[in-house]
Amino acid sequence: MTAIPVTTRKDWTSDQEVRWCPGCGDYSILAAVQMLMPELGVRRESTVFLSGIGCAARFPYYMNTYGMHSIHGRAPAIATGLATTRPDLDVWVVTGDGDALSIGGNHLIHALRRNVNMTILMFNNQIYGLTKGQYSPTSELSKVTKSTPFGSLDTPFNPISLVLGAEASFVARTHDMDRGHMQEMFRRAHDHKGAAFVEVYQNCNVFNDGAFEKITGREVRSSMLIPLVHGEPIRFGADLERGVVQRPDGRLEIVDVAAVGEDALLVHDESRDDPGLAFALSRLSRGPHEPTPIGVFRAVERPEYGEELSRQIVRAQEQRGIGDLDALLRSGSTWTVD
Amino acid sequence: MATGTKHVTEQLGKLVIRFAGDSGDGMQLTGDRFTTSSALLGNDLSTFPDFPAEIRAPAGTLAGVSAFQVHISDHDILTPGDAPDVLVAMNPAALRADIGLLPAGGTLVVNVDAFDERNLAKAGYTTNPLADDSLSAYTVYEVPMTSITQEVCKEAGVKPRDAERSKNFFALGLVSWLYTRPIEPTLEWITTRFASSPSVADANTRAFRAGYNFGETAELFTSNYEVRPAAFEPGEYTQITGNQALAWGLVAAARLAGLSLFLGSYPITPASDILHELSRRKEFGVRTFQAEDEIAGVGSALGAAFGGALGVTTTSGPGLDLKSETVGLAINLELPLVVVDVQRGGPSTGLPTKAEQADLLHAMYGRHGEAPVPIVAARTPSDCFNAAIAAVRLAVTYRTPVILLSDGYLANGAEPWKLPDLDAIEPIEPHFASEPNHVAADGTPSFLPYVRDPETLARPWAPPGVPGLEHRIGGLEKADATGNVSYDPENHEIMVKWRAAKVAGIAKELPDVEVDHEDGAEVLVVGWGSTYGAITAAVRRVRARGLKVAQAHLDFLNPFPLNLGEVVRRYPKVLIPEINLGQLSRLIRAEFLVDAQSLNKVQGVPFRAGEIEDAIVKLLEGGA
Repeated sequence: MTAIPVTTRKDWTSDQEVRWCPGCGDYSILAAVQMLMPELGVRRESTVFLSGIGCAARFPYYMNTYGMHSIHGRAPAIATGLATTRPDLDVWVVTGDGDALSIGGNHLIHALRRNVNMTILMFNNQIYGLTKGQYSPTSELSKVTKSTPFGSLDTPFNPISLVLGAEASFVARTHDMDRGHMQEMFRRAHDHKGAAFVEVYQNCNVFNDGAFEKITGREVRSSMLIPLVHGEPIRFGADLERGVVQRPDGRLEIVDVAAVGEDALLVHDESRDDPGLAFALSRLSRGPHEPTPIGVFRAVERPEYGEELSRQIVRAQEQRGIGDLDALLRSGSTWTVD
Repeated sequence: MATGTKHVTEQLGKLVIRFAGDSGDGMQLTGDRFTTSSALLGNDLSTFPDFPAEIRAPAGTLAGVSAFQVHISDHDILTPGDAPDVLVAMNPAALRADIGLLPAGGTLVVNVDAFDERNLAKAGYTTNPLADDSLSAYTVYEVPMTSITQEVCKEAGVKPRDAERSKNFFALGLVSWLYTRPIEPTLEWITTRFASSPSVADANTRAFRAGYNFGETAELFTSNYEVRPAAFEPGEYTQITGNQALAWGLVAAARLAGLSLFLGSYPITPASDILHELSRRKEFGVRTFQAEDEIAGVGSALGAAFGGALGVTTTSGPGLDLKSETVGLAINLELPLVVVDVQRGGPSTGLPTKAEQADLLHAMYGRHGEAPVPIVAARTPSDCFNAAIAAVRLAVTYRTPVILLSDGYLANGAEPWKLPDLDAIEPIEPHFASEPNHVAADGTPSFLPYVRDPETLARPWAPPGVPGLEHRIGGLEKADATGNVSYDPENHEIMVKWRAAKVAGIAKELPDVEVDHEDGAEVLVVGWGSTYGAITAAVRRVRARGLKVAQAHLDFLNPFPLNLGEVVRRYPKVLIPEINLGQLSRLIRAEFLVDAQSLNKVQGVPFRAGEIEDAIVKLLEGGA
């Protein structure tokens, strides 16, 4: 194999005109990915972007790699077939909150529990954009949209809680206003063996503008985003004056560091086998209007599905020899007519 | 074969025997073992497992009756038999459920021990049919199968309740004596199959021997019977079911194409055995994936195809419904994909364990938009092997999803199969794209994913991994040649027509449909799929009456073979028997404007040859 060529963002950019609405958060995510790719040490021809349907799902058209824009919700299933037969490839799935959590919810949870080698980026804008503004499975309760003129009645999913429940081995959250953080999360997700899930808070400036402004706005960010750093006490605020503690009953609570002392703060451990604490962190905020954790919630090693499947094949071939078709046809009772 | 000296062994040309009992009585296994020993003896045979959808309906009830019918002969046969010559009924419910199938003069072997008041009541009998004259039309053998089995097993230290379970082996032993089947293969099979529980093996062996000896020593039977080997063409044979043949056909096709086989599938009756069989074949590099649902089954197969593997999904009707959207995507992506539909009774859950041919129009039209796919159908259990290879060949050559239609009858039915010469099968060429196929105006080479082969109209198959061939495909309409997203009206029509022309063009490569013609024949019988056996048997019977009839059977339903129009127009009358309300007949009437007559049956069971025979004769005599 030849050395991996040095590339720039331009090499990873396709010749197709990007057609998201001006001001869409998807532009900054695309830029973050295109700029990150040259740093990942991967080959364009071995990189595949797969998507379902929705605004986010146009993503593969803009990457100068192999790609497929498939059907609504099914990208994780398609990616499963690709990743298990082609372990040499880097498989990315780009999806949205409707694609991943509504029509494709089943495929998402099963790809995660199997730990199939793929990197899933879920752009969460809490709205249906491509169909012009209906509520989504992550829209807040009572949301007024075209399809819910009197307010939505269904409790939203908490995507991080959901995927932790689905046995995801890598779970992270980032947002479209911070390229550096996005790239760090995407890099970590890419390097993870197995299924990696990254929720990206993404602004839909046409149908749900400002959904995350209360936590991602430049002025409020430091006091509203809680960075999770492995091995570090969980704290935030302009002067790191606030932090997270775990109460004796297991509850997590946001406190003033001065009131409890630094030693009382919860130290983040993304590698804990028990997902309980990660789950509790995912419930710390009830929505993007309260201080909300971002970063890697969970990163644990688990057997990867495709690798295990390949191992079964190798073992069978070692034990029985490479399959012999003539012998297979004669594996039942046979008789000869002269 | 050792037979009792006081018995006369009589010759039979053919025998149809039906084993019927409770779902838990092991009738499928009994029938299967009888079939195998007959196959090894060299008989021609055809089987029809007929079982309920319930795993274990309440014991002793009509709903729980499970039956296995096998037809063996000393000549070439095509069906599991219109009616049994012998019915083995393990309990009153089995008798009540199936006695209507046994013609007057037939032989009835009953497990008399099961005919107690409780079982009679469960089956809905108010009086014991063995005690009144309701069975006077039959030769009835009342055999105490349960009590003898328990008696011989007692010596082996097996508890009576466990011993009772071996009574099907008693029945098998008795029938093996009655029809002079070799006992060694069954004894060997018992030893191997129950190797892990020697006491069960011992009980089954004792029960089997007791049944055999009972036939020989009891004064009940005056003679036993022999069905001599049939005259097969020379070669090596095995006994095979449709699902097994289909699975092996997929393995063979992958080998012929040099592709690795990926099966994405969700368990569903009656297709699951293909998943089971392929899951065992890891040494062939077969990857099987039990998906979370039918949609993921086909989606994963399509993903594997995008990566350059042979992507296959297997299902039955309800699953085909769910896969429709992905089949449409595969049509747009123009990637090879094989969708196997083992048809069952529908709509909805329908009759899960019964056969039907009612998915043809679904396969043909069951997608939104102009979405043609090639359709291949298997005609016999062993033909599923050939059909699988044919489906893969079309999918790979033309970069298209192909629907392969089998059905519940083919899936579970068994027949002798002359093993094919694998070296004689033409390889399948995937012809992966390996270099750019276009030079831009500025002289730089590029790859256009929708440039077509002038012969096949197929686009290049370019799995990831090749530098310079990076490209994006998707479900949105694509611009001709470049494959970029296009909403241009004229381009859409061009692409719709390309896809239609590609599938239609397959006809050029298909073999002509063969006609079994007779000079002076006024009626042509056209069939597809599993009706082949019954239609062919019917045609033989009609000819045996001195009447003239022609027959043609379709292996390819879309596109039709090029000569089909000429064939159906050649005969004044065309009869199309189908296990549906007339689906092929609609296609043929629409395509060729001929007044084809439809013969329909939708009872979850195959046609009897006699039913088709009657319809042909009626048509010959001028009836509608």
